[in-house]
Amino acid sequence: MENNAVLEMRGICKYFPGVRALENVDFTLREGEIHALMGENGAGKSTLIKVLTGVYSKDGGDIRLAGVPVHIRSPQDAQNMGISTVYQEITLCPNLTVAENMYIGRTKGPLTNWKKMNTDAAKLLDSLSIPAKATQQLGSCSIAVQQMVAIARAVDSDCKVLILDEPTSSLDEQEVKKLFSLMLSLKEKGVGIIFVTHFLEQVYEVCDRITVLRDGKLVGEYIIEDLPRVQLVSKMLGKEFDDMAEIKSEEDAAHIEYDGIPVYEAEKLTGTTGIAPFDFEIHKGEVNGFTGLLGSGRSECVRAIFGADRVAGGTVKVNGKKVKINKPLDAMKNGISYLPEDRKRDGIVGDLSVRDNIILALQVMKGFFRPFSRSQAEAFADEYIKLLSIKTASSDTPIKSLSGGNQQKVILARWLLANPVYLILDEPTRGIDIGTKVEIQKLVLKLAAEGKSVTFISSELDEMIRTCSRLVVMRDGKVVGELKGSDLNQNTIMATIAGGES
Amino acid sequence: MSNPFEKNSNKELSAKSLKSRVSLTDTNLLLFITIAVFLIMYVCAVVFLGKGFAKPQTFLNILNENAALIILSCGMSLVMITGGIDISVGQVTALVCMSCAVFLDKHGGNVYVAMILALGIGLAFGLVQGYLVAYLNIQPFIVTLAGMFFAKGMTTIINATQFNVENAQFKALKATRVTVPGLGSVNKLGNYIDAYVEIGVIVALLVVLIFFCVLRWTRTGRNFYAVGGNNQSANTLGINVRRTKFTAHLLCGLLAGVGGFVYFMHVGSGSPSHASGAEMNAIASSIIGGTMLTGGVGNIAGTFFGVLSLSTIKNIVTSLGLDEAWWTNITVAAMLCIFLLLQSILLARKNKQKS
Amino acid sequence: MSVSENHFENLPKKSVSVIDTIKKIVQKQVFIPLAALLVLILFNLIADPSFFKISLDKSSSGDPVLSGYLITILDNASELAILAIGMTLVTSASGGQDISVGATVAIAGSVVLKVLCGSQSRPDQMQAPIIVAFLICLVVSMLFGAFNGMVVSFFKIQPMVATLILFTAGRSIAAWINNNELPVISDPKFGYYGNFIPGIPVPTPIFIAAICMIIIALVLKFTNLRLYSQAVGINPSSSRLNGINPQLVKFLTFVILGACVAVAGFIKVSRLSTINYSVVAKDIEMDVILAVALGGNQLSGGKFSMTSSILGAYVIQFLTTTLFKFKVSSSAIAAYKAVVVIVLVVLSAPIVREKMVQMKKKGTAAKVGKAKKEVA
Repeated sequence: MENNAVLEMRGICKYFPGVRALENVDFTLREGEIHALMGENGAGKSTLIKVLTGVYSKDGGDIRLAGVPVHIRSPQDAQNMGISTVYQEITLCPNLTVAENMYIGRTKGPLTNWKKMNTDAAKLLDSLSIPAKATQQLGSCSIAVQQMVAIARAVDSDCKVLILDEPTSSLDEQEVKKLFSLMLSLKEKGVGIIFVTHFLEQVYEVCDRITVLRDGKLVGEYIIEDLPRVQLVSKMLGKEFDDMAEIKSEEDAAHIEYDGIPVYEAEKLTGTTGIAPFDFEIHKGEVNGFTGLLGSGRSECVRAIFGADRVAGGTVKVNGKKVKINKPLDAMKNGISYLPEDRKRDGIVGDLSVRDNIILALQVMKGFFRPFSRSQAEAFADEYIKLLSIKTASSDTPIKSLSGGNQQKVILARWLLANPVYLILDEPTRGIDIGTKVEIQKLVLKLAAEGKSVTFISSELDEMIRTCSRLVVMRDGKVVGELKGSDLNQNTIMATIAGGES
Repeated sequence: MSNPFEKNSNKELSAKSLKSRVSLTDTNLLLFITIAVFLIMYVCAVVFLGKGFAKPQTFLNILNENAALIILSCGMSLVMITGGIDISVGQVTALVCMSCAVFLDKHGGNVYVAMILALGIGLAFGLVQGYLVAYLNIQPFIVTLAGMFFAKGMTTIINATQFNVENAQFKALKATRVTVPGLGSVNKLGNYIDAYVEIGVIVALLVVLIFFCVLRWTRTGRNFYAVGGNNQSANTLGINVRRTKFTAHLLCGLLAGVGGFVYFMHVGSGSPSHASGAEMNAIASSIIGGTMLTGGVGNIAGTFFGVLSLSTIKNIVTSLGLDEAWWTNITVAAMLCIFLLLQSILLARKNKQKS
Repeated sequence: MSVSENHFENLPKKSVSVIDTIKKIVQKQVFIPLAALLVLILFNLIADPSFFKISLDKSSSGDPVLSGYLITILDNASELAILAIGMTLVTSASGGQDISVGATVAIAGSVVLKVLCGSQSRPDQMQAPIIVAFLICLVVSMLFGAFNGMVVSFFKIQPMVATLILFTAGRSIAAWINNNELPVISDPKFGYYGNFIPGIPVPTPIFIAAICMIIIALVLKFTNLRLYSQAVGINPSSSRLNGINPQLVKFLTFVILGACVAVAGFIKVSRLSTINYSVVAKDIEMDVILAVALGGNQLSGGKFSMTSSILGAYVIQFLTTTLFKFKVSSSAIAAYKAVVVIVLVVLSAPIVREKMVQMKKKGTAAKVGKAKKEVA
């Protein structure tokens, strides 16, 4: 064992039915260290953290705290042992004061001693330089301060290991700075911090070490100076940077009409979800992609195009004509379709039948007073169930009882039925089986060959390279590059994603 | 701290952010509004509607008339702070009145046993409703709506008509008045008349005091706020959400029992139509008193002033010559509507600020 | 072993298919109110078969009228069924219920009388055509519905609390419209709509209810109301991304409920040719919500079955009439209904359902275990 290790995890395994979520993963956290835990979706980061905090029980391996083997059975257990967690979403009560949020649920005795609580809280806030008053209502603080109060609560319960699970995703630059200075001061006090984030720059700003996971396995532990960004990205994505063969598909891109008027063109499109204004255009028959790590703003961009969130400004042209797209219906009427990232929350209407889910978009476009006849709807549903080979007992089955891949196909069918000129697919291949993934990619290419424009987003670079002829690269809410032709290879993409010195 | 400059900038920032944002909790802000509304209303009444309102006894009569409502509203506020609602309290009050009346008069019961009976009925409603809401996760509205109708039905099953209680022990208790020194007035004949309150008012004030303290200084009380503020957060903060919700409904039921008996002492009779609509008055008082329907915000002191505001406006409407019953109802509804919208706007503005 | 197993499986196949068909029937939503109706019918058959007697009598004016408990049920359930239509839609789209329907029925009735009576309180003849009175009442009721809808959808207040406002003020507004006087219409023509049209032995409200049902059936067939309100009730976020405006749909359902309230209020005042503000349609909101719940619809919104809701309304009336027949006083009935509601919501609570499924599994597991032991 290492001398100053506060936490050691050795050979951790965790299995879910049919999935090996973690296999033989080691992780070491040393005293006074900020340790980044990196990996793309499904790499096993959150599973590892949940094992550590007692949400999941491990199927194998040991955990030692300061050299002593421990069994962590519940989140309460973890807290008592000095492992505190601050989650991405703030898990405090906005209606209570800052001081109360720091102490509620932890005090003994039936009475609340406000005076003592407030002075204690004020001391702690001061020692951590958190710009909040103990008696202030939490809801009146900025998100960053709320996040810091959560950290203060965690730190106060005598914690040795602090887990920060994507705490920065909703903070702006200033707020991140404040958070970092807090992290650094905790580090000086000897707290070991596990930092989970998708922002590369932040990792290089505050972290000492990086552990990379991929597909539930440990890729390696690195000292930050030894691992340049590009290397990190390639480790996360699982492609060796130098000897990576170019696998650009030989798909003929002749059907793209670059000379004509773009099917869709946006200028200084501004959303309200924290992305910088961006320009974008797409031509007939083109497949393009937005890439970047999770949280880089790629989904927010396409949501802005579709009008899914409030649009703050910018001009939009469809087929050269200026149009206003403020809400989804506007976009749909202009021939834009959008398959959302979060299938469960934004895509399916769970209790409704497969048939109703398929015809929903076209039906809404057709109008409230002109419903499809039952036989017409039946015909549409049957056509697309057959076309996309959706596995369902009947078109009457509620969509929620289908498998993830088939649900996704139903949503795809919905938008194909709407017969768009421009189709946006945000992570259509997430969480579905390999076979369906390939089917969906083939379908995208087929649609493009038929003259439709498609935006395709995926966390898997392979898929993007295979299907897209142009990539918009994003980092931290900004468009940082556009790649096409021979630039469309893993090396260049990763270098652009990583940015900075490459 | 490694960087002294950064520390400085933090301090600056803190000073700035504190200055721009008044450090006032929602609870206190709404409480402030309520007290202000009440005072303004009362002063206006005194100034424009004459001396009737200036007499201390007029104010004390408001308390006498509304002692039961104050108690019911306290219970309602507790439940509303945890994010629930209880609309059975009015009919439980009627049931308590009827049960006690029948017990005292037709079974020759003892007043103290009647009190226990009243508490028992309230507790039973609180227990069942609390269990259904907290442990079976059924919407509180549906549960207590059923509770309301059950109480209503039971009242008529026990006795379908109104009758006055003639039990001597009870009559003595009912007639007991507590004089308030120094607030008496001289009547037209020149005699000095003591100002008084009924026993119910003492009970009501005690309830207000106790639950004000409970909410302010006990762990259970603070848990109410946490659960109402954010269910899931409260859970991760180590609070037993179900038990907290259950406790709130239990206490509300118990207070309905207490309020029922106080109402009974005030009217001295049993009738199926007693306290009809009291639940709506209690909800309205709580809302006017600054309790948010969404939970997590509220104050018993506010509720107390909410009841006073509500009854003052009723008195004003009456003394304006609009003494038909509908006017008071319409004013209550209008006031409720205004305060509801106020809360909704307050909430919306806050959410906007955040994003 | 394999042979014996096959043999074992072959035998119960027929019975399994019978069980399956029964299961299918049970799973249909309409089964719940139907079963409740069946229980009530059986109970009455055993207790007193004369309950089902229908006779053709003469009314006081000498016209033939049908009478009997069944006719009473069909007649009295009319308002309930009409309101259940609107309440089902509101429940589906907003996931909450409107508790102000009783009070707004009073308003609707009051408006009808106000228009018909004009400035007098007991006019010798009606001051306006009945159709005009009805149309004005329709507009007013829809406006009140719109008020509820606005508070719910645009101010985002839970439906039950939002409708609390009109629940409190409604009956007072109704009284205020007519200056708290009790107008009486002496023209018998006005009474046709709540009683009998001379020469037709079936009570008119039954026809009005039938017309409403036909209208809603047509609306559901020729518009996307069902799809929209269900989608909004199940997943508002997803509905929005498919171009539906969830706020507008919720608002619309409250306006439709307002129209239903107008019809119900019209029938109510026509029955008596006058109105009692504090009694008319008292507690009807409870019955309507109960009808929707009894129809097997989730009170938290989403999918709905209009047929089941309407059937639910008739079952409630059946229950009420049965209780009446057994001399249960009208306000005591509330206690029985409350018990029915609690049983219903407890049985449909997700937690209880889960537990029941678990128990069932345990039960079958135990059975399988037993069977295995026996085979061994």
